[in-house]
Amino acid sequence: MNAPTAHLYIEPVRKTIRVQAPAARAFEVFTAGMFRWWPATHSINPTKAPIAEIVMEPRTGGRWYERGADGSECDWGRVLLWEPPRRVVLAWQIDAAWKFDPALLTEVEIRFEAQGAGVTEVSLEHRKLEALGETAEGMRAMVDSASGWSELLERYATEFSPR
Amino acid sequence: MTYGNALTALADPTRRAVFERLSAGPLSVGEIAAELPVSRPAVSQHLKVLKEAGLVRHEADGVRRVYEVDPRGLAELRSWLDRFWNDALAAFKAEVERAPQPRRRKKTR
Repeated sequence: MNAPTAHLYIEPVRKTIRVQAPAARAFEVFTAGMFRWWPATHSINPTKAPIAEIVMEPRTGGRWYERGADGSECDWGRVLLWEPPRRVVLAWQIDAAWKFDPALLTEVEIRFEAQGAGVTEVSLEHRKLEALGETAEGMRAMVDSASGWSELLERYATEFSPR
Repeated sequence: MTYGNALTALADPTRRAVFERLSAGPLSVGEIAAELPVSRPAVSQHLKVLKEAGLVRHEADGVRRVYEVDPRGLAELRSWLDRFWNDALAAFKAEVERAPQPRRRKKTR
């Protein structure tokens, strides 16, 4: 493993799924409709208020944040690139302890490719993960809560998935 | 869990520096110590923690032990996010493919 530079590098997480929907709808649900599928119980709002809304401002440079039921807002990151209905790139600035950290920058790129006849291929890449290594203490807390996450999301998916 | 251990190990800036030196290629304890403002025993101690976290490995090479990055450690480092996105995208797919009406729940509060 002879890397030319002496920098820590973590291979990005890459995922591809196909959904039975046109690209425009897939894009809309992923962005404006994020609240409808993101697990609402996993708010990062320090006020502990339940999530009332997840807002992704529809423009490059827009904010990405949750709004709590108490009216408070808590940043998650921002929109680095807004190209509906084909691509969105987000700055994921949530650290391992599920707190917003403006100094942290990992990137999530999501591409929506029409495959014809109402089928869209959705590709996701979460990269620059090595930045998370700098907030290691909190990352442990995230790992410790991982089983809670997985269980919840799996239950949700099996309940609604048509497959 | 190795994942947490790996990140905790890299939280220490000196240990991170040791690890980054190794990402450029295998080195002995003495070679690492020569490049950093840290004593040999301290380097050895950092290497021990990195090894326990699964981030580096060594081959016993007589008296001169050569350390290198253990690629499996980094693989585990990202496995949590890998699982997270699997689950999140499954939930996303389920929502996209639901019946066309966009409202799933009423805002009650």
